[in-house]
Amino acid sequence: MPPHGSSTAGAELAPEVREAIWRALEEVYDPEIPNLSVVDLGIVRRVAADADGTPVVTITPTYTGCPATQVIALAVRAALDRAGFRHARLETALAPPWTTDWITERGRERLREAGIAPPLQSGGKERFGAPPEVPCPRCGSAETECIAEFGATACKALYRCRGCLEPFEYFKCL
Amino acid sequence: MAAGAELFSYLLRLGDDALILGQRLSELVGRAPEIEEEMALINISLDLIGQARLLLSYAGEVEGAGRDEDDLAYLRDVLDFRNHLLVELPNGDFAHTICRLFLVSAFKEQQYEALARSRDERLAAIAAKALKEVRYHVRHSGAWMVRLGDGTEESHARAQRALDALWMYTGELFTPDALDRAMAEAGVGPDVAALKPGWDERVNAVLREATLRRPEDGWMQSGGKDGRMHTEHLGHILAEMQFLRRAYPDATAW
Repeated sequence: MPPHGSSTAGAELAPEVREAIWRALEEVYDPEIPNLSVVDLGIVRRVAADADGTPVVTITPTYTGCPATQVIALAVRAALDRAGFRHARLETALAPPWTTDWITERGRERLREAGIAPPLQSGGKERFGAPPEVPCPRCGSAETECIAEFGATACKALYRCRGCLEPFEYFKCL
Repeated sequence: MAAGAELFSYLLRLGDDALILGQRLSELVGRAPEIEEEMALINISLDLIGQARLLLSYAGEVEGAGRDEDDLAYLRDVLDFRNHLLVELPNGDFAHTICRLFLVSAFKEQQYEALARSRDERLAAIAAKALKEVRYHVRHSGAWMVRLGDGTEESHARAQRALDALWMYTGELFTPDALDRAMAEAGVGPDVAALKPGWDERVNAVLREATLRRPEDGWMQSGGKDGRMHTEHLGHILAEMQFLRRAYPDATAW
C-alpha cells in the first residue's frame, strides 16, 4: 500500500460496483471497538475509479500512531478480495485529517451499545481547559466525571458516572 | 520548491524530535507514578512515534537512497540526528518529565500550525494531522503544570526547579539557522523566530496559573537541530532504541 497519495478522478465506477464495495466495507469492523464498522467510523473516505477504471478505496488513519491502522488496512484488503475485488487498489490519504465528526449516526449508536460515550460534536475546537461534560452511556446521567484524559486506546478517555457508579469510556473529540 | 538534500535534513529535524521524545516517554512504561498517568504518557508517546513514522518515511523518499523509516530510526548514529536538544534530555523526576513535555508540546503546537500551511502538500497534511494530537498533549501537560505548580510546597519547588533547568534549552527552538531560513524562503517551513509570541502566550498563561516564575533568558544551549553537538544523553537513548535492529540486522520479521 502506498503510504500517501490520492486517486485522481478518472472513469466513473459503475453504481453496482461502488455499492458492492461499500457493502463489503461495512463488514469490516474496528478491531478495538466491537460492532463499529470502518464505514461508520468514517475512515473510508472514497470509493472511486482511477483513470483505467480500476476501483480505488481510500482510507485515512484516526490517530497517526494507532496500532489498529495496519490491522484495519489488512482487513479491508481481505474484504475486498473476498467480495471479488482483487484488482481494487487500497490507498491511504492523510488530508483532510480524520475527525470524530465523520462517525455516522449509526456509528454513534454502536458506540453507545458498546458502553462507550460517543464524541460530543464537534472536533477541531479549542481544547484547552476543563474536560467536557459527557452523559453516561448506560444510565444517561449528566453527573459524570473524567478519571483520566487517556484510556486503553489513543481515541478514548476514562470517565465515571456518579449516578449509576459505572466507569465508562468516552470517545474523545478530534 | 526546496532542494532534496535540504528538505531531507528539515524532515529529519521534525521526525527526530517526535521519535526521540516518543522514545523518552516510552521509558515510563511500568514506572509512572500512577496507572492513569502511565497510560497518558504512553498514549502521547504513541502519537509521537506515529508522527515520526510519517515524517521519516517521507524523509527517506525525499533522500531517494533507498532508506525507509526504520533505517533512519535504527541505523543512524548520534551526529546524524537532527532533533532539538530539549527532547533528548533525561526524564528526571515527574515534574521534569511534565515540564519538558509541556514546553515541547507548546512549541510543536505553534510549529505544526504553521506547517499545516506549508507549500509542501504532504508535509502540510502530516502537520494538520499531528496538530490535532499535539493540542491534546498541550492540554494534558499544561493541566499538570498547574496542578504541580499550584500544588504542595514540594510539587511547586520541583516544578520550578525543572523549569529553571530546562529553560536554557528553549532558545534553540526559536533561533533560525541557514536551513530554517532556506525552508522559510521556499514556503516549506515557518520563520521559527515568529513562532515565539504564540509560544510565549501559551507558556505565560500556564505559568501564571501554576504560580511558577518564568526564568530569565540567559545563555541558551544549541547544537541539536544542526547536529553540531548533541548532549551525551542521546547516545544512551540510541543504544537502547537501536540495539535489537543492530543485533539482528538481517531480520525481516519482528
